Amino acid sequence: MSTPRTVSSGIQGKLLWAGVVLLGTIALGVIALSRGESINAAWLVIAAICVYFVAYRFYALYITSKVLRVDPTRQTPAYRHNDGLDYVPTNQYVLFGHHFAAIAGAGPLVGPVLAAQMGYLPGTLWILGGVVFAGAVQDLTVLFLSSRRDGKTLGDMVRSEMGPVAGAIALIGVMLIMVILLAVLALVVVKALAASPWGTFTVFCTIPIALLMGVYSRFIRPGRIAEMSLIGFVLLLAALFFGRTVSENPALAPFFNFHGDSLALMIIGYGFCASVLPIWLLLAPRDYLSTFLKVGTIVLLAVSIVLVRPDLKMPAITRFIDGTGPVFSGTLFPFLFITIACGAVSGFHSLISSGTTPKMIENENQVRFIGYGAMLMESFVAIMAMIGATVIEPGVYFTMNSPAAVIGTTTAQAAQVISGWGFTITPDAINQIARDVGENSILSRTGGAPTLAVGMATILSNLFGGRALIGIWYHFAILFEALFILTTVDAGTRVLRFMLQDLIGSVVPAFKETKSWANNLVGSAVAVAAWGYFLYQGVIDPLGGINTLWPLFGISNQMLAGIALTLCTVILFKMKRQYYAWVTVLPTVWLLVCTLTAGLQKVISGNPAIGFISHAWKFNDSVSGGKVLAPAKSITEMQRIIFNDYLEATLAILFVAVVVAVVFYGLISVRKAFTNPNVTAVEIGAAAPAVEGIHV
Amino acid sequence: MSNVRSIFSVAAQTARLMVGVPDYDTYVDHRRTYHPGKPIMSYEEFFRERQNARYTVGKGKFRGCC
Repeated sequence: MSTPRTVSSGIQGKLLWAGVVLLGTIALGVIALSRGESINAAWLVIAAICVYFVAYRFYALYITSKVLRVDPTRQTPAYRHNDGLDYVPTNQYVLFGHHFAAIAGAGPLVGPVLAAQMGYLPGTLWILGGVVFAGAVQDLTVLFLSSRRDGKTLGDMVRSEMGPVAGAIALIGVMLIMVILLAVLALVVVKALAASPWGTFTVFCTIPIALLMGVYSRFIRPGRIAEMSLIGFVLLLAALFFGRTVSENPALAPFFNFHGDSLALMIIGYGFCASVLPIWLLLAPRDYLSTFLKVGTIVLLAVSIVLVRPDLKMPAITRFIDGTGPVFSGTLFPFLFITIACGAVSGFHSLISSGTTPKMIENENQVRFIGYGAMLMESFVAIMAMIGATVIEPGVYFTMNSPAAVIGTTTAQAAQVISGWGFTITPDAINQIARDVGENSILSRTGGAPTLAVGMATILSNLFGGRALIGIWYHFAILFEALFILTTVDAGTRVLRFMLQDLIGSVVPAFKETKSWANNLVGSAVAVAAWGYFLYQGVIDPLGGINTLWPLFGISNQMLAGIALTLCTVILFKMKRQYYAWVTVLPTVWLLVCTLTAGLQKVISGNPAIGFISHAWKFNDSVSGGKVLAPAKSITEMQRIIFNDYLEATLAILFVAVVVAVVFYGLISVRKAFTNPNVTAVEIGAAAPAVEGIHV
Repeated sequence: MSNVRSIFSVAAQTARLMVGVPDYDTYVDHRRTYHPGKPIMSYEEFFRERQNARYTVGKGKFRGCC
């Protein structure tokens, strides 16, 4: 992405960049100002790419050269600890691929789809502004700081720079976000597979395929990744094509036709097995398959969007910015900024940026390309998801994303309600789409994945296969999302288990022993139960679950980003770069404002559609009057809803408390660093011998 | 021709590192240069070691992003 120096410094370079700025401004103008007529997706792509290039060339360069002052002559951990395994100086393009594959997940695909209920404009502007000033800044800075500390993790850095209490609070925050993340991602898969024999069959097939690949790479041809992935991919395609036959066969289809609650129990059971089984058997092969499929599909989608250049059917802004939308409740501020977390700013990336990548970076001057650049790419994935959600008819979008409690359970009801909102659609059109994609129904297929799959199928079938292949493309997209979400569920359950073992182990030391089978079983069971509870409640929630859980996930993810950016600010003060600290203070303040407003609204808002507690009170009043309130069907169901309301309110309060506590400790550290005339940041590998001696 | 080959080899290295397996030849070179006479893992051993390391959550190995 970097422009050769000879070009960028000369007059041609200046003209070139002026051209990029001009083109980007025009594209942004078209996006922002067009009203009434539909615009072409190409404008979104052009605007995004121009913004990325300008931000990368100017803002990211400013950060690395002025704020962080990267030093190309400084030895990186990859050289200092070179062992050919964990610490290996790695070519920057290879490392970019590794880092991007590690940060890319389902988040940027789902968030923008949900946010599309407010139109394409608000979400797009937040994705672009958020990545440039918050998301990519966080990834870049954490990567830089970690690489100056021998690849220390975020938790370790918070502990050593801000004290043990702040470190412990941050770790609890990470654990909470894990629970909500796994629940909400599993919920997306359940929503996509419920009552879909084709999708369920294909995703089920990935288990025996992974087992076969596992055995192949362990015993038959050890370590042959390419061979085994190719075999897996071919079998996966076979399962995808055969899935249609299964779904059309009245004898076979019922075996793969499940309600959401049974699917949830299966995923919970699966998560437990995957966490207990040896990694080479199920987790690793599935991970290989999903990583390659993920990256491949993202590239394929990018190419298709550029070649097809579809028109966006969704208006730029819809009436739902007032907070009455069916997909998620709450007004544009703060809830849009919570709904789109990944793709704009994702706290989770701070864990990846302080993971394996800083141990392999060849030279400090590559942090801009890898840290900032990979996040720009992730943001582009979010833009593509936004395009996918808005190229389909708005009527279809709302049919798929509104809960049954709002639009009813028949196509006639749904068409009437949605047409009443001003998005004209007929029952026939709804049935036609369902037939095209090979599903029984597309009503209330919430969670984002099915909508994106319809969008992707629309775009891809334009390029390959036409209408005949829409069904295949739809289920390919579902498979692609389900596969890597389930991989995250496997890996995440393991992470959660280790964290639990670590935490409980500090009280009961015997529990820390990770090789013990008893600990393994108990730890896995507790980890699975934690996210499984929220998943199951989400599935049976008549409002669709996504409505409740996605905002909590967004808040927790932004909370983590707030912690990471607070750490970056503290260290900038310790490095005596406080003059430049606005670079991280700005996004920290914005995230604080968003998470605190959203978190408090989720707790205390008087509107039962938003506030958990007022929702609980509404149901409580009704229970004491002996009246059953829709969508509940019995008093017991109502009591369960009330309990969950209080539980979710507690979680929201916890998230707010965690972020407030960490910022409080951050302020103390900033003050201490500010009053101290000396540099107090402890880095490893600096030229000064006094610091050289410290090996933490 | 050598250009095509080097592009292919970078792509293959990227794909392998995406799933947590760094370059084997680099590892062998490193052992030969800095630890002469010390044992070097075979590719199969190296692969297993890396596979285990990828999913053993501990210091700085955090898997599963959103």
